[in-house]
Amino acid sequence: MSATNLTHLQRLEAESIHIMREVAAETEKPVMLYSVGKDSAVMLHLAKKAFYPSPPPFPLMHVDTTWKFQAMYALREKAAADAGMELIVHQNPEAKERGINPFDHGAMHTDMWKTEGLKQALDLHGFDAAFGGARRDEEKSRAKERIFSFRTANHRWDPKNQRPELWKLYNTRKAAGESIRVFPLSNWTELDIWQYIHLENIEIVPLYFSAPRPTVERDGMLLMVDDDRFRFRDGEQPVTRSIRFRTLGCYPLTGAVESEAATLPEIIQEMLLTTTSERQGRAIDHDQSASMEKKKQEGYF
Amino acid sequence: MADVETIYETDALIAEDIDAYLEQHQHKSMLRFITCGSVDDGKSTLIGRLLYDSKMIFEDQLAALEADSKKQGTQGQNIDFALLVDGLAAEREQGITIDVAYRFFSTEKRKFIVADTPGHEQYTRNMVTGASTADLAVILVDGRKGVLTQTRRHSFLANLVGIDNIVLAVNKMDLVDYDQARFDAIVADYRQFAQRIGIQDFTAIPISGLAGDNIASKSDATPWYDGPTLIEHLETVELGIDARQDGAFRLPVQWVNRPDLDFRGFSGQIAGGTVRPGDEVRIVPSGKTSRIARIVTFDGDLDEAVAGQSVTLVLADEVDCSRGDVIAAAAAPPQVADQFEATIVWMDDEALLPGRSYAMKIGSQLVQASVQEPKYQIDVNSMDRLAAKTLELNAIGVAEIATNKPIVFESYDDNRDLGGFILIDRFTNATVAAGTIHFALRRSQNVHWQALEVGREGHAALKNQQPRVLWFTGLSGSGKSTIANLVEKKLHAMGKHTFLLDGDNVRHGLNRDLGFTDADRVENIRRIGEVARLMTDAGLIVLTAFISPFRAERQLVRGMMADGEFTEIYVRTPMEVAEARDVKGLYAKARAGQLKNFTGIDSPYEEPEAPEMSVDTVEMTAEEAAEAIVEKLLAGGFD
Repeated sequence: MSATNLTHLQRLEAESIHIMREVAAETEKPVMLYSVGKDSAVMLHLAKKAFYPSPPPFPLMHVDTTWKFQAMYALREKAAADAGMELIVHQNPEAKERGINPFDHGAMHTDMWKTEGLKQALDLHGFDAAFGGARRDEEKSRAKERIFSFRTANHRWDPKNQRPELWKLYNTRKAAGESIRVFPLSNWTELDIWQYIHLENIEIVPLYFSAPRPTVERDGMLLMVDDDRFRFRDGEQPVTRSIRFRTLGCYPLTGAVESEAATLPEIIQEMLLTTTSERQGRAIDHDQSASMEKKKQEGYF
Repeated sequence: MADVETIYETDALIAEDIDAYLEQHQHKSMLRFITCGSVDDGKSTLIGRLLYDSKMIFEDQLAALEADSKKQGTQGQNIDFALLVDGLAAEREQGITIDVAYRFFSTEKRKFIVADTPGHEQYTRNMVTGASTADLAVILVDGRKGVLTQTRRHSFLANLVGIDNIVLAVNKMDLVDYDQARFDAIVADYRQFAQRIGIQDFTAIPISGLAGDNIASKSDATPWYDGPTLIEHLETVELGIDARQDGAFRLPVQWVNRPDLDFRGFSGQIAGGTVRPGDEVRIVPSGKTSRIARIVTFDGDLDEAVAGQSVTLVLADEVDCSRGDVIAAAAAPPQVADQFEATIVWMDDEALLPGRSYAMKIGSQLVQASVQEPKYQIDVNSMDRLAAKTLELNAIGVAEIATNKPIVFESYDDNRDLGGFILIDRFTNATVAAGTIHFALRRSQNVHWQALEVGREGHAALKNQQPRVLWFTGLSGSGKSTIANLVEKKLHAMGKHTFLLDGDNVRHGLNRDLGFTDADRVENIRRIGEVARLMTDAGLIVLTAFISPFRAERQLVRGMMADGEFTEIYVRTPMEVAEARDVKGLYAKARAGQLKNFTGIDSPYEEPEAPEMSVDTVEMTAEEAAEAIVEKLLAGGFD
């Protein structure tokens, strides 16, 4: 018999689909967290594949900070409609009321909108399982997290008390109030994600592709002036540069790179030849090398 | 330091022809492997080296690594590769890897996922976890120390989870002057051991993780070695997943896909063989047959699907099929049974309690299972078989397992997906064990239920009553027996057919071989549960009065009974009151140390969480309590 040996992408795809189906079958109220980034795009695409011809049997949820790029909001609505899924948008009302923003509040911005916002949203809707697009190759502490990661009723992660994960037998049992974060892309690398987007023609936010955009250089980061809420410091003027983003978050906190890469192969080429790792564009985990682990214990995804 | 020749990601191709590069990357296969070694065999250093050589370290990570190396490193001014791999903050300070971490790198031919597993004595559980998804194991040996106890343990575990490809990497060759005689002696030593535990073949490579010898490129320092480098071997070894396409077709159904009335598909990941439209299939365990009508995917219907793929099957006929069933080749279906012999690796701090009911997940099936007292435990250092009453954390043993209903399975050697299982504590929800099925016990396949002409309904109808188990639980001296006696008298007076099973009386006969250890208490309750169930089959109302201190066992008995027939009655008495009463003088003896494992003193009592009834013997007399119970029974439509 002629064996059809599966490629690494086919094996990764089959594994992710298996994980999603287990969650759909064994948990009561799952949700897919959707950040509109490239990893979310791949995760959503895999969900469509996992349940076809049914739509994915759970809603999409965006924990919004109101400070994302406009292009992200546009794609968010379209992607949910295309998949035939309900879209839940949660904005932390307290953060909204207090006018928390990245210009005045620094780390509190991420904490209130994202960390607290996520906990609120999960509690509000009573979701007992939430898919996230994190990958193990992103960061050292993620390399050790399980695919099914348990959170206490207070959303805390205990790295010392993880369940052993054998074969593809996922233990989804939990006590009332506890929830599971599920990472179906755990074994994908950044290159795999890009290659898959390329092969499968997955729609991503245009900001990943290079184009002339209004920018300001500040504290070693290249920021994009995405809307009129951008606060210029003395002497700052928007300068049009050919830029793109390797990672997307709140626009005043996300650094762009100068680039001419306007197609997927060019992006991948640039990524492979570049020598700085992915998360460096985000201001969030620069402080200290163990900071991501701390954030995660506190409930940051 | 050896030169790093680039057989890894080729920068040249990326820069000159990205499309050609992507084409190449797209067709790579994937190898998952584990690295095992003792604490200082240089395991993290080796993995760090693989990542470094394959340019999987970015500039900013490298800068952080260099800074960290100077601060915490053990290599002076040189880069300490181990720091790259040892992840969590706490363990970085200890300098020990304590969990399973997964790393990624790729070469021109393959993508690799490395499970970094600990070399620590007490972490058998992590290594088995890492090995369960691996195609290959790299066993690291320190060239200065040779084959150690840990080497033997790691090899045994790798073999236990069915890893066929073993690499013996003799590390730190730079510290033994690249001595061939030293290498040969270690290999010969290992071969002798490997054959004894059933490892047919292995590949031995002399390396230095620190200096890079024979990792990516052949080392000039070992001219006497003409085998492959580590990377060459990893790139070319045959994958187990591909071999599984040759087996009989199996698809454990994960999810039934039913978007509307016109479509009904069965989704799952193929666990063995190949499937095509038109193939005859059998649904197991029901045994119904049908044909494959379509293989549905998002990308269109397929003409063929193979082991490892996640698909949705549509059958030609309307047959019953749901999650947990297996769709299999009609001519070669997997077996069905409810009693097995299996190897079990215990992974929880709380030891195995033989007889206790655990949740068991195998494929997409979830059942209840109890483990018998182990036949033997395996000493992973000497491979000796030891007598064992239980299995503690990290112990490995062979035992018989019984499930509460028949399951579809294959022996683990034949199919990992249908032969590997986990056990879950039904109260803490922890994954407490991993197991591999050897075979079904003959009696489970050959003993069938005797179909009875007069059934339980007939027995009950003649007595004009609803069979029930009234399960009294509480501390010694709480008044269980007294109250149960009074309740029985009242029911008897009402013309009910009852029977009272009393703890002391049962221990004089049926259970006289049992003591008061936790394991014996479980067996005691299990037997009583079985007797009570037979009595309800006979149509009786059974009253039992046992301390029955563990929730799990009360739950076990509840699970044996028909829905609504089990009534848990908690006889609540504070410990001080029960001890003050001390009707039988037992508390005094226990306090004096003459009675071991006495509930409430040196053995726990787990209060019921949601008993059907609860009576407080401080607030009411035994007579009042009995009255209340009967009243509540009558109110609940008891007749």
